[in-house]
Amino acid sequence: MPVALFLCSVIYAQEKPVAFKGALIYPINGAPIQNGTFIVQNGKIVAVGDASLKIPADATISDAKGKVIMPGIVDTHSHLGGPEGGDNSAALNPDTRAFDAINPTSDGFKKALSGGLTTLNIMPGSGHLMSGQTVYAKMREAKVMEDLIIVNEKGVYGGMKMANGTNPMRGTNGFPGTRAKSAAMDRELFVKAQEYKTKIDKAIKDSTKLPERDLRLEPLVEVLQGKRVVHFHTHKENDILTAIRIIKEFGIRAVLHHVSEGWKVPEEIAKAGVPCSIIVIESPGGKLETIDYSTTNGAALSNAGVLTGFHTDDGVTDSRFLIRAAAMSVKAGMSKEKALEALTINGAKMLDLSSRIGSLEKGKDADFIILSGDPFSVYTKVEQTWVEGKKRYDIKNPEDKAFLVGGYKVYSSDRAEYMNHDDEISNQ
Amino acid sequence: MKNLYKIIGCLLLLPFVAQAQKAIKAETIYTVSGEPIKNGVILIKDGKIEKVGTATSVSIPKNYEVVNAKVVTPGLVDARSVVGLSGYLNIPTDQDQLEKSSPIQPELRAIDAYNTEEKLVAFVRENGVTTMHTGHGIGALVSGQTMIVKTKPGKIDDVTMVPMEMLAMTIGTAVQGNFTSPGTKAKQIAMIRAELIKAQNYMQKQNDKDSSKRPATDLKYEALSKLLKGEVKALVTVNSMNDIMNAIRLAKEFKFKLVIDGAAEAYRMIDEIKANNVEVILHATMARNGSDMVNMTRESAGILNAAGIAVSIETGFEGYVPKTHVLLYEAALAVTYGMPYEAALKAVTLNPAKLLGIDKKVGSIEKGKDADMVLFDGDPFEYLTKISGVMIDGQWMSK
Repeated sequence: MPVALFLCSVIYAQEKPVAFKGALIYPINGAPIQNGTFIVQNGKIVAVGDASLKIPADATISDAKGKVIMPGIVDTHSHLGGPEGGDNSAALNPDTRAFDAINPTSDGFKKALSGGLTTLNIMPGSGHLMSGQTVYAKMREAKVMEDLIIVNEKGVYGGMKMANGTNPMRGTNGFPGTRAKSAAMDRELFVKAQEYKTKIDKAIKDSTKLPERDLRLEPLVEVLQGKRVVHFHTHKENDILTAIRIIKEFGIRAVLHHVSEGWKVPEEIAKAGVPCSIIVIESPGGKLETIDYSTTNGAALSNAGVLTGFHTDDGVTDSRFLIRAAAMSVKAGMSKEKALEALTINGAKMLDLSSRIGSLEKGKDADFIILSGDPFSVYTKVEQTWVEGKKRYDIKNPEDKAFLVGGYKVYSSDRAEYMNHDDEISNQ
Repeated sequence: MKNLYKIIGCLLLLPFVAQAQKAIKAETIYTVSGEPIKNGVILIKDGKIEKVGTATSVSIPKNYEVVNAKVVTPGLVDARSVVGLSGYLNIPTDQDQLEKSSPIQPELRAIDAYNTEEKLVAFVRENGVTTMHTGHGIGALVSGQTMIVKTKPGKIDDVTMVPMEMLAMTIGTAVQGNFTSPGTKAKQIAMIRAELIKAQNYMQKQNDKDSSKRPATDLKYEALSKLLKGEVKALVTVNSMNDIMNAIRLAKEFKFKLVIDGAAEAYRMIDEIKANNVEVILHATMARNGSDMVNMTRESAGILNAAGIAVSIETGFEGYVPKTHVLLYEAALAVTYGMPYEAALKAVTLNPAKLLGIDKKVGSIEKGKDADMVLFDGDPFEYLTKISGVMIDGQWMSK
């Protein structure tokens, strides 16, 4: 057995490098490289450069002339895999983990790969003030959840989902009926978490003084320690500012999500230093608190200096079309450079994963996509999606391509897995 | 005094007349009815297309206002929408496309519900749609009537092209849940057949020589009679293979003209569709692949087109967001997924115009047709291309 293990690791270490030649490379951390060379080995990026870059003699060479290579897309807000909306027994559920609900073999992840997505933040819904712990997932081949998760720089593999505005305002069964009550309930829980944390901090030298374990408060201690990021669903200007107020009061690291009226208060968001993960929807309208949504959000926020990323909220928008969020935002005034960052490195930063993903740099994970052309063109397709040096999607493979285009019996008829978002339920 | 009024009247008319004559010069004109014209000119007079041709063959009269564009297409024709009945707010008072009091209500007229001032109407117009087949939505066996409008602002009578175009019907799971009955597929068909048989009886009695034996006017059966007489077509939303066949069977039994809408699995039914002369309005390329549409493919438009079926692409209806799709992007993505470029353009212009029976007026850039046009600063289908002008009936909506 030890011998076998040893052999395996040897084989892994000696995996041959793969070199892609001739593509237009968007490394994201630097200027685009025409006729570039891109080399990966053992799941990591070995080198990125122009045509003069030396290719190792044993490398498998792949001709990528006419193609575009960029980092795998990071979706900072997805509901793929069936994380479920949230438990209706309470408005605040810090103890529930999407980890325990997600199906790691979901077809949804193949759909995500066909759209060029390599990392997802999979979250429970927004029908609760706090619907639970989220999961940061790599689109690796997975059998069990452990295959899917990625532990970040802070030592956690997920954040904490919160929401304000109308979705959690049910007014019954312990749920808030007003905005002020929503904020009061959030604050009350964080005060408790602060007290619990104080007890833990005091017991640092004497573990016998540790308080009893509390599954509801433990993840919130991680939030207060800055390890676990709060992902805060919010739409309207007043709700955005309320979220910021709570974040500031408790010193929480957070990302605002959707932020439909962000364009009204970009300076305030920038001043607070809170990143925004936004959705791009092609036409106006929807539920009342989103009616002032604008596709200029990306431009307004990024111009104000807010760290801005895109998300699908899949099933609200489709993972296969996240890439067009960039084009649509550029059409509405965002710079191309900022829009590509918003698909990649900015999301990585929001998940505390930018040391591993989000740009094509030596030493980072070999998570990248090969496009048929310009990332801002409607005609462009994702041809290949690679995760940690493994080709997970190839449009030339009919089985893979089926997840892009659909067809007879490609997707399960169980719609629930794709459409179990609370927004859907509360607005039908 | 009378003369004075005449003079004032003429003075008032003068600027209007002067504005009415326009010329558009473009690097590319997609006439759709013919080959694209490079370096072309379109003359517009009194709201109609006066002349179209190359710059060398068409000279622009002196008093014509000239506008330049990179690309010009006909105003787009949305084959099936609910915009104007479905508003941009997800609240019941803004959603008039589906009446849930009863599953069969062909008497519901779209003209009584269409809101010309709906924000989404302006939105689709700004995105190039100048003619829209809209009306009652999916979710009832017969949800009501549809209509055709120009997307220009104004009073309902000013914007209506055809007040009663088709009867909107649905067969499939989209009906279940909206009503206590039908609860099953077989019941759906039984209920439709029962009402159509009643309509046949009604028509027969209406023809009775003894006028005292004729039934009192019944709005429901009046509307169904129009279908049975072939005056209007049935617009049946069906997606699964079974349901498409159900619609074809019904059309054969009652001899009505059938348009299938949505048609997610039409790609599996090409022989049946052709054999029965069924017309097809295809779901948005980016429609959600759930429920009855689980087997949809984004390659459908290309597959059907290659099989010789005239495809019209719709924006359709989404229950949540987006409140409407952008027709241009739906056609563009049909190209991305295998449909030839000019076929895709046809699928949002001339094909739906023909299907809707309005191709003498709209759908292509031809002499004598309504001057409905869209101007672009690049490839119409590209995300980053901007629309530089929209014209309806010779008037600039935006420029």
